[in-house]
Amino acid sequence: MLEISNLQVKVGGKEILKGIDLSIQPGEVHAIMGPNGSGKTTLAQVLAGRVTYEVTGGSVRFEGKNLLAMKPEDRAREGVFMAFQYPVEIPGVSNAYFLKAALNAIRKYRGLDEIDAMDFVTLIQDKAKLLSLDETFMKRGLNEGFSGGEKKKNEVFQMAVLEPKFCILDETDSGLDIDALRLVADGINTMRGPKRSMLVVTHYQRLLDYVVPDFVHVLVDGRIVKSGDADLARNLEKHGYGWILEEAPKPQAARP
Amino acid sequence: MALDAKQTYVAEFASSEANLSGPAWLRAMRKSAIGRFEALGFPTQKHEDWKYTNLAPLLRVPFKPAILARPDGVVAEKLEPFTFGVLKTSKLVFVNGRYAPRLSYLRTLPEGVRILSIADVLRQEPETLESHLGHFARFQDDSFVALNTALFLDGAYLEIPKNTVVEEPIHLLFVSTSKELPTVANPRNLIRLGPAGPASVLDHYKIQRESEAAFHVATMSVDQDRNSSVMCHSMSFGGAMVRNYVHTLFRAEGGSLGLNGLFMTSETQQSDNYTRIDHAAPACTSVELYRGILDGRSRGVFNGNIYVRKDAQKTVARQTNKNLLLSKDAFVDSTPGLEILADDVKCNHASTIGQLDESAVFYLRSRGIDEEAARHMLTYAFASDVVNQVKVAPIRIRLDQLILSRLPKGSGLGESL
Repeated sequence: MLEISNLQVKVGGKEILKGIDLSIQPGEVHAIMGPNGSGKTTLAQVLAGRVTYEVTGGSVRFEGKNLLAMKPEDRAREGVFMAFQYPVEIPGVSNAYFLKAALNAIRKYRGLDEIDAMDFVTLIQDKAKLLSLDETFMKRGLNEGFSGGEKKKNEVFQMAVLEPKFCILDETDSGLDIDALRLVADGINTMRGPKRSMLVVTHYQRLLDYVVPDFVHVLVDGRIVKSGDADLARNLEKHGYGWILEEAPKPQAARP
Repeated sequence: MALDAKQTYVAEFASSEANLSGPAWLRAMRKSAIGRFEALGFPTQKHEDWKYTNLAPLLRVPFKPAILARPDGVVAEKLEPFTFGVLKTSKLVFVNGRYAPRLSYLRTLPEGVRILSIADVLRQEPETLESHLGHFARFQDDSFVALNTALFLDGAYLEIPKNTVVEEPIHLLFVSTSKELPTVANPRNLIRLGPAGPASVLDHYKIQRESEAAFHVATMSVDQDRNSSVMCHSMSFGGAMVRNYVHTLFRAEGGSLGLNGLFMTSETQQSDNYTRIDHAAPACTSVELYRGILDGRSRGVFNGNIYVRKDAQKTVARQTNKNLLLSKDAFVDSTPGLEILADDVKCNHASTIGQLDESAVFYLRSRGIDEEAARHMLTYAFASDVVNQVKVAPIRIRLDQLILSRLPKGSGLGESL
């Protein structure tokens, strides 16, 4: 589904990703872990199409298509979704309007008619229940005055409504208390299926207790230095990132 | 050499003075006003209040009195776009500054409420105006008010007596028709409210939308008595140049005022919004919220002045002006101002000028919404603070339409909100 080959990215002239290779098949959940500043969020944002990141080398193919050549909106319409680490607040645009506009833009791209108003209401009611979201939030401004937890729930809620093929979850566990974490994780798990893949970006292992990944990759200084299964995440939790840093080759450190 | 603009208007006054209706006191006032106008001249950018707006383009146009314009084709159906859908209103229509009774319609109003054209009042009972006209919008220091005082022919007179509530909005519609001949109208309105119950309350909405060749210079003076409450909405969609001057005075304690403004310009339009709130009495509250949205090479001005006089203790004054620039060539001058002579007050002001938040644009695009639609949604959202202050739904819907007509890809936003 997603093929990342030798991806290199600069931000503000600084090299952040130094050659990422990653292959994700349909139905797989991959976790990217790593210390702060290792490039996790950069990877997520580049895949979603943020223009402040400059791709200097490599390629990303999504279902065979050149993902990096697509506008962010076209990536979304093709089925890529990123749950933001810091969702933006937009007062004056209601959650309902926003979500309907997004859903219809995606439907139009796929040659479908606009969703019927009643069907839309039913759809959001169903998905809101999944995340124990109060329906009145649909009338509020997009993320306006939402707590950190509500924002993260809203991201997963949007994901549930838009039903993407490939989900990127960028630090979705940060800022969540244990109850909210469970709800969000349940929401994510409900969406797992043989045709949907996920890339879970996280600093801590705790989300992975609930959303158990098929593969775990450790990103250090812009490179994947170790890959394994869910046990790797548990080891990291127990021993920290130190032992991996020692094991990993460090070409950067060798420079004067 | 041709006469300059000032001399042209002075000469026009001299030649039409005999035809300007009114009793002796008014004729004397007109004479005195044209004298002040001649002494003051048109303001230049050296004048503090006009620092950011150059009047030269206005003064170059050889305007003729609007009475010469032919009001051809102004029929009720053509005014439909300027009404408020299902909203029931009494409506006074003025075409080129003159009252048009055949286009106007008065609904049943509570006893004692009077709506007339100023020209009719002057013909039938000029004494009604004597102690009010010129007492609030004062011409001594303002050349445009002086010119208007000297030359006005008509306008609306509205009187609401004590303890009377008019629930239905009253719509004053001013239409300009002139196309080939540049004309100038000088309408003058006077609204008087007696206290209703414990206080008098006025909601005033001004929606200004004119052709891109139009110039619009307006002054609104508000004089608030004890415990009165006034809300003034100013929604300006531009002409070539628009100047809205709002001047309010709290003359007795306990008053509250809201100034709620939006200006939206594009291409080479200019919109100058000058407000002056005078807290001359204690325990009054003013809340001012103005937002500007500027596109193309347009220019905007927000100049807000709040004066809190020495005895105006317990004043609360809040002023916010936020501006959104949609193009690199658009420009806005924002000058919030607060002058406080009392010591027990709560006052603050804030002003921002910015562009659309690119991280918000990206957020919307990352959900499948195309870039232009995302920008339109965010622009509409920027205006929504001001629009949501409008409590009369049909007016709010009309405003939404006006805003969205400039943001076609944001359509549907209003109805879902």
